[in-house]
Amino acid sequence: MTVTTSARVAAATARPATRPPNRMRAWATRAPLLPALVFMIVVTQLPFVATVVISFFDWNALYPKDRHFTGVDNYHQVLSDPDLRQSVWTTILLTVTVVLVSLILGLGIALLLNRKFQGRGVVRTMLIAPFLVVPVAAALLWKHVLYNPEYGLFNGLLHYVGGPQPDWISNTPLLAVEASLVWQWTPFMMLILLAGLQSRDNEQIEAARVDGASDWQVFRYLTLPHLRRYLELGALLGSIYIVQNFDAVFTITSGGLGTANLPYTVYQSFYQAHENGLASAAGVLVVIGSIVIATFALRVVSSLFREEVSRA
Amino acid sequence: MRTQSRRTPRVLFAAAAAGTLITPLLAGCSGAGGAGGGSSSHSINVLMVNNPQMVELQKLTAANFTKKTGIKVNFTVLPENDVRDKISQDFANQAGQYDVATLSNYEIPIYAKNGWLHPIDSYVKKDTAFDQQDILKPMTQALTAADGKLYGEPFYGESSFLMYRKDVFQKKGLTMPAKPTWQQVADLAAKADGAEPGMKGICLRGLPGWGEMLAPLTTVVNTFGGTWFTKDWKAQLDAPEFKQATQFYVDLVRKHGESGAAQSGFAECLNDTTQGKTAMWYDATSGAGSLEASGSPVKGKMGYVPAPVDKTQSSGWLYTWAWGIQKASKNPDDAWKFISWASSKGYEKLVGGKAGWANVPAGKRSSTYDIPEYRKEAAAFADVTRDAIANAKPNDPGVQPRPAPGIQFVGIPEFTDLGTKVSQEISSAVAGRESVDSALKKSQKLAEDVAKKYEGS
Repeated sequence: MTVTTSARVAAATARPATRPPNRMRAWATRAPLLPALVFMIVVTQLPFVATVVISFFDWNALYPKDRHFTGVDNYHQVLSDPDLRQSVWTTILLTVTVVLVSLILGLGIALLLNRKFQGRGVVRTMLIAPFLVVPVAAALLWKHVLYNPEYGLFNGLLHYVGGPQPDWISNTPLLAVEASLVWQWTPFMMLILLAGLQSRDNEQIEAARVDGASDWQVFRYLTLPHLRRYLELGALLGSIYIVQNFDAVFTITSGGLGTANLPYTVYQSFYQAHENGLASAAGVLVVIGSIVIATFALRVVSSLFREEVSRA
Repeated sequence: MRTQSRRTPRVLFAAAAAGTLITPLLAGCSGAGGAGGGSSSHSINVLMVNNPQMVELQKLTAANFTKKTGIKVNFTVLPENDVRDKISQDFANQAGQYDVATLSNYEIPIYAKNGWLHPIDSYVKKDTAFDQQDILKPMTQALTAADGKLYGEPFYGESSFLMYRKDVFQKKGLTMPAKPTWQQVADLAAKADGAEPGMKGICLRGLPGWGEMLAPLTTVVNTFGGTWFTKDWKAQLDAPEFKQATQFYVDLVRKHGESGAAQSGFAECLNDTTQGKTAMWYDATSGAGSLEASGSPVKGKMGYVPAPVDKTQSSGWLYTWAWGIQKASKNPDDAWKFISWASSKGYEKLVGGKAGWANVPAGKRSSTYDIPEYRKEAAAFADVTRDAIANAKPNDPGVQPRPAPGIQFVGIPEFTDLGTKVSQEISSAVAGRESVDSALKKSQKLAEDVAKKYEGS
């Protein structure tokens, strides 16, 4: 009895005595992170809140006296605009094509680079280079140095062998944009998949070989399942960036010939139409769309990770 | 690292864009403070586009203007799209951070209507040395707003004309009429096509953009008797004249124009002409300066004639980078002194002597074309350029009355967006992916939406 009461008393006195130091300690450990947190909120969350607020206004920068609250009118306008719906479709098409093609190419290159040969380091560095080029510079390179029908490299080479002189961008605008993006993103996929290949268990492969497995069987039943999570990671990260691609579309076609994607359309309604409200509404919808896709994709990926772990 | 730094600006694209809307409010405070401190010692802030003429001005200001007047000039120099954006934010909020900004003749009437600009009539009247009478008439007209007051002074200006290879024409036995019609130009383009290996008949812009393809195309529409809108704001993009002009333009560039036309703007056509890939080029008069620059392979080989016409007497466009004073400026007097110096006759002579006569910011004063040194340098195109500008009618460019000023544009805020969207449709037609009819049908709908706002006003 006395033991319990004294313990209770001790607990009662200890609690208020120890709590403040604990809390202070907790804050002291958190404090160094605070500037970063505040900075994060200021540069990402406040502008987002402002965007949401602006998206409910009819606000054209060139009609300053006409600014007024319109409710969800902007959203209605965005969703009923055929151009915008077209640009959503273009974005999906662009993203899926670029991600798939660069994954396949990246896988092939990664498999080749995983072998030992002379000058491997140099070749790897050179293959990564396209990813390090500034996106707008890469787009300019493709537009002028490669595609240009008058002085571009492609038609120069074709001319040399007496081939036809196609107008690449006009004939196949979306493909032209996709090719330049595939060129940029293949090294990224390659890097991720190469890391996957390097973590492959060599003993397993040796055992399979002893059992008489062919190259294809090794690839199909050992390498590919092992690379699955890396492929998924590559596809997820690639999709997130390519959905947002602006530079290639802006530079190569200026949004013409049916290549305008969502970010370009948002840019256009902000910079050309000065429709701050409309552009904000479109931007908010893009963010919501990205969050939905990212959450969905992340959930798929993490469930796969769990599967792997439980299987192991 | 890359993933982090790339993701934020892309996902939150519009969020970031909206963020910049807030910055002028914050910047306004510091700007006001800065201007207040500076007013005692006389300083002004100037925001301008980074064209070579402006960069030259920046170099010459301290040693000449500041030395003479004691007014310090702080320049902010940005690329065209950025400068437009920054100017519209600063002026729309009347933040007063910049006293003077470079504005085009598209923006000045719109800004003036919004009450963002300081009228300069009283300054012009007092400043007799500036000599407003010497400024080419269409310039003054284009910078005068609907209220009849003057809101800007040109720094340099341009019109459009037809440039052609004299040597190629001579070799092929072709003659360029002194005042060609578009039909004659189309015939000449057919004959000159292939005059040299890899040479096309004519270069015309096909790159989407209200300031790219739509500028030359709209001048063709004007002279074919078409218009974007009638006086009472009825959209006319599917009218026979507009259709005929667009069909003509698209056919000409598809049959005898440069390859890759749907991606060709001013820069690409300049390149094609310099490299001998085209026999003719219809574009801005400022292109001539580059073609005749020392080191250009076609220097001395070019001939220049007025913009081709059909139903009108002249069809050249009018464009100028002009100075405007922000209404909220605390130093309008000093701002005017700066403008009066930068757009003066004396400044042109200063640049001519220091940087060469080819670099003079021309195309605004009649007297520029009387300076012997300038005439010597620009002999090939001086008179044609002056006449092209002097003959431009910014308020009456076609065969019918217009509801808003502008030759190669319609002077309303919605035009940048409308024009860009329409140009994307017509660019598809240039690339052969769409018929002119369907491109114009879609464009008509866009134009009708814009017109709704104005109908009955």
